[in-house]
Amino acid sequence: MASDTSSQLQRFQHMLQYFGLTVVLIGIWQGLYHLGFLNPILLPAPSQIALAFWDLFKSGDLTRHIGISVLRVLEGFGIAAVLGLGLGTAIGLSRTLDRWTDLIIQVVKPIPPIAWIPLAILWFGIGEQSKVYIIFLGAFFPIIINTIDGIRQTDHKFVEVARILAVPRFKFVRQVVLPGALPAIMTGLRVGLMVAWMCVVAAELIAAGSGIGYLIMDARQLSQSDVVIVGMITIGIIGKLMDSLIKRLESRLIRWKVAFSGN
Amino acid sequence: MSATTASNLTIQNLNKSYKVAGGDVEALQGINLDIREGEFVSIVGSSGCGKSTLLRIISGLENGYSGEVKIGGKRIGGPGLDRGMVFQEHRLIPWLTVEQNVAFGLNGLENGERDTVVREHLELVELTGFAKALPHQLSGGMSQRVAIARALVNNPQLLLLDEPFGALDAMTRIQLQQEILRIWEAERTTMVLVTHDIDEAIFLGDRVVIMSSRPGTIKKIVPVHLPRPRDRSSYDFVQIRKEIFTEFFADVERPFAYEI
Repeated sequence: MASDTSSQLQRFQHMLQYFGLTVVLIGIWQGLYHLGFLNPILLPAPSQIALAFWDLFKSGDLTRHIGISVLRVLEGFGIAAVLGLGLGTAIGLSRTLDRWTDLIIQVVKPIPPIAWIPLAILWFGIGEQSKVYIIFLGAFFPIIINTIDGIRQTDHKFVEVARILAVPRFKFVRQVVLPGALPAIMTGLRVGLMVAWMCVVAAELIAAGSGIGYLIMDARQLSQSDVVIVGMITIGIIGKLMDSLIKRLESRLIRWKVAFSGN
Repeated sequence: MSATTASNLTIQNLNKSYKVAGGDVEALQGINLDIREGEFVSIVGSSGCGKSTLLRIISGLENGYSGEVKIGGKRIGGPGLDRGMVFQEHRLIPWLTVEQNVAFGLNGLENGERDTVVREHLELVELTGFAKALPHQLSGGMSQRVAIARALVNNPQLLLLDEPFGALDAMTRIQLQQEILRIWEAERTTMVLVTHDIDEAIFLGDRVVIMSSRPGTIKKIVPVHLPRPRDRSSYDFVQIRKEIFTEFFADVERPFAYEI
């Protein structure tokens, strides 16, 4: 029993550490408003933002915009994941393929997806395709680069073991290379999803009639800074939730590494 | 269990050098060694004497040498299933279970047959209860036993041991030395052990090959005509230890007084 209460206390302590700073900052923000330091047009108080959030949620607008944005992300990210993992694995395993593709990957990679927006609109119009294309571009490179890196990091010691035991290449790839690359691949997927989420907002800010990015842009034109902030916070929270989801998937897939995550 | 064909290992005039910072470093020079089928040979030397390189050449992992390395009269060309190897680190694949690690080297067998071979080898190293465990759940000694089982699944004629007990604590090391002896007596596999532990070399080997460093050459081969199991504190054992000891530390006045 004693250990029960102490572990409960510890859990409470961890919760406090996790949420404490955020709550305090919001409190200060609200306090500054009440003391008259804030111009509500430029920076509304947390209470006003909460009200705006509630209104948007009640009307169903917020859920609709979120749904549309998330769908775009899933489409673009899905394509990026399939192509990035497939090509990344192939390139990681083949030096020849690597030489063929390295230059083009290295040159196209640093171009920000946002710089593609004009071309994307010219090619695909302002419909769904152009957004999915931008998202795909954003998510593709982190995924492919991390997949290649993960495969290249295969421990040389295991390569020697496989040579000694005359393990067939396919078995070696399946049992050693891919599982070993998994942590890097998961990192690539996490970063890719993050970038995809950033890209959807950027794409919607420029040309869209729906989605979270559109919500923000629309509110700006009407000087509804509270709605702008609602949109921003929504982006942040959904991004965090997506990341947590992949992290959970990662810890499930990489059980053997649990031993090192202590402290 | 081991093959009945002549599997003796012959090394003739073996030389190996490395390029380090533009210059050549002689790792091995003029190595000549014959190892009989079923023999247990220990190789001792201080670190950097090329003993591990010698073992890696025999395993087929290392190329670019001059001279001949033959097994059963045939020149080796790369690694082969006639040779197994246990490294200083266990090198178990962390995400595969113990039985999957042992089965890693088993190819071209049907599932049922493979399971039988894996079970037999886990029995051999006395780890039957740990088939489903992951490497990080094992102690250092247990991990090394799994590595030994993995090296033996293909019934190699020759087992190469590269300081396999070097990273273990003294107790576990002695235990595993007895274990490898038991396995050697049961399987009659030819074994070549590289170590820097003189006691270990004498305890296990039919012969102890003493190597000197830079360039790595064979300085002396000491036969150990003692019945097994050997008593590390017997007079004859201590005499052999003294003989080997003086090869390394010629200037020490009374090496006899040293406890290793």
